[in-house]
Amino acid sequence: MNDPFGTPGSVVVFGGTSDIARALLRRLVARGTKKVWLSGRDRGRLDEVAAELRTGGADALSALEFDATDVQGAVAIVDSTFAEAGRVDLVVMAVGLLVDNERDERDPAKVAESVAVNFAWPATALARVAEHFRDQGSGRAVVLSTVAAVRVRRANYVYGSAKAGLDEYARNLHQALMGTGAGIMVVRPGFVHSKMTVGRPAPPLSTTPDAVAADVVRGLEHNAEVVWSPAKLRAVFTGLQLLPEPIWRRLPM
Amino acid sequence: MRTKHDRGDKASDQRLLFGWGRTSPTLARVLEPDSAGAVDAWLHDAGSAQGLIARGLGRSYGDAAQCAGGLVLETSRLDAIGPIDATSGEVEVGAGVSLDRLLRTGLREGWFIPVSPGTRQVTVGGAIAADVHGKNHHRDGSFCRHVSAITLSTPTGVHEAGPEADPELFWASAGGMGLTGVVTRARVTMRRVESAWMRVDTERHGDIDSLMSALERVDTEHRYSVAWVDCSARGRRLGRGILDAGDHAPADEVTGRRAARLLEPPPERTLSVPPLVPRFAINPLSVAAFNEAWFRKSPSRPGQLRHLSGFFHPLDALANWNVVFGSRGFVQYQFAVDHAHRDLVPRTLELLQRAKSPVTLAVLKRFGPGDPGPLSFPMPGWTLALDLPVGPPALPETLRGLDETVASVGGRVYLAKDARLGRDVFRTMYPRLAEFEAVRRRVDPEGVLASDLARRLGICEDSSR
Repeated sequence: MNDPFGTPGSVVVFGGTSDIARALLRRLVARGTKKVWLSGRDRGRLDEVAAELRTGGADALSALEFDATDVQGAVAIVDSTFAEAGRVDLVVMAVGLLVDNERDERDPAKVAESVAVNFAWPATALARVAEHFRDQGSGRAVVLSTVAAVRVRRANYVYGSAKAGLDEYARNLHQALMGTGAGIMVVRPGFVHSKMTVGRPAPPLSTTPDAVAADVVRGLEHNAEVVWSPAKLRAVFTGLQLLPEPIWRRLPM
Repeated sequence: MRTKHDRGDKASDQRLLFGWGRTSPTLARVLEPDSAGAVDAWLHDAGSAQGLIARGLGRSYGDAAQCAGGLVLETSRLDAIGPIDATSGEVEVGAGVSLDRLLRTGLREGWFIPVSPGTRQVTVGGAIAADVHGKNHHRDGSFCRHVSAITLSTPTGVHEAGPEADPELFWASAGGMGLTGVVTRARVTMRRVESAWMRVDTERHGDIDSLMSALERVDTEHRYSVAWVDCSARGRRLGRGILDAGDHAPADEVTGRRAARLLEPPPERTLSVPPLVPRFAINPLSVAAFNEAWFRKSPSRPGQLRHLSGFFHPLDALANWNVVFGSRGFVQYQFAVDHAHRDLVPRTLELLQRAKSPVTLAVLKRFGPGDPGPLSFPMPGWTLALDLPVGPPALPETLRGLDETVASVGGRVYLAKDARLGRDVFRTMYPRLAEFEAVRRRVDPEGVLASDLARRLGICEDSSR
């Protein structure tokens, strides 16, 4: 069960090798989370994360390898994870793929891959997770979105538009789940220094996986629906959303 | 499916349930069976559901009376009160009868409830399941010591249990948090009183040592004792507080206008807190200001006559005081330690001050000997109960540290208040869990009885999938 401070007893992570997911799990385990099931793309790295969490005191299992471009397979992955885990208090949806917009925007296959990994797979999986939560009468999901999804920009639109789909889907799924005991929290980090962004120039208000994880933990405690990380980005993007399109398009970002 | 009983199904019986602390809501099918037979029928059918638990008036602070995805049987319609035996004070009551109703019924004939927790708004079933204690614990023990028989519906049938008949089952159910079955009826022994009034000594003490010594002293002289602690006071004033010690007033001491109200029950009218108390209203400063005022308004006064409702249940005048903590809710942390570890009381106050965590209510009391119940909370020594709004960032870590300290000195945390204890530390605090589980295997071999609390603490293994 999720305790009064939002700490879950058991966690399932999709995309378990993501730096943010990893930092989040470290913090949850330090707060008392016992059972963790990891799944993701790379078995070797999942085992590594599991070993780290076991050192922290959790019963961590690296459960499943899956390919997030296989959208049809999402339901089976969710079902087998729940079958193994039993009752799940928190699902962390950290599946995602950052796209090199300049390189890939004219490659339909790459666009399809971005839509699959950043939107279709996680949305399909969340739809199935929601059914399990309804059945359990409880459960919470953290969905890693991005500020780039709040207003999609030209320089990053292949990634941003797919994430925008996921962001909208997750927030509306949260509304649909009202009164069921289940809920979804959307996390919108700014630029995060992580393995996903190595070599990219950092804009202002950039942050770290651990800082995002701290904000997520706080959001869980406060029953937040949307968490901005750092929190200042909320004000920045509220302003940016008001800009007329012609000005937005000409911004150097 | 309907049987001869009204099993209490409704068109839409799914409801979000949470405890008095208003945290951790989960969804369950909530049913209101009207008879023991209907309870049995639900237990019989519950095998395929994700667990079943009884619920009374929802005064457990945490997740004891909820069962996500399963069935929750509200006992409110098991509300019969039998005649009170004029000599022994024994009365047969339905599990859904509140202590409030039992008290009102009894008081007219000069009977008082044997043990009263800080609120009258708990059911007899809940009082047994949590083995509640009151201000007279040092003298009279907890609630189940005044129960001579219970009728328990379990997945393996109906059991009659008591201190003589099937004592293992009886004592496992005393403080067993509903996990041995659904109490449908109980035989409770009431206490003879001459009036509804209390003779109360109030003493103000400027520090924790003085307060604790005074509690030790008054316990030999008075049936009831309790202390309110000002958790905002620091330094030399750490743990200052107000001690109330009282006894039922004999009829001849109730004079004047009060004589006409000799056996008058508590007022039925209650006030409600408006639902929109802003979150910032409760902070260390406002709590400290309230504490200062409360401390100052209570000078030492010996032998004052007070109505029992003000003495036992001051918070019952506000029907829903728990909403003042806003949407995040609050936790109550109540622990007990033996006499040798009384220093844990001031240390706890210091720890919470360091965590910048306001304590909105703190109650200190000395326990007498505990019950034989393997999960019953009270143990000889000290108990401190603290209301803590959710919010201060350091609070979760501080409480986890406290859990470890309490467990390491052989103390324990009260399950009826708990919403957050971990499995390992729970096992250290309740070393007789194996005895309890043996009884559970006897009456519920398939693990039908379950609650969110039981799942969290690993008392029942998750059979949902």
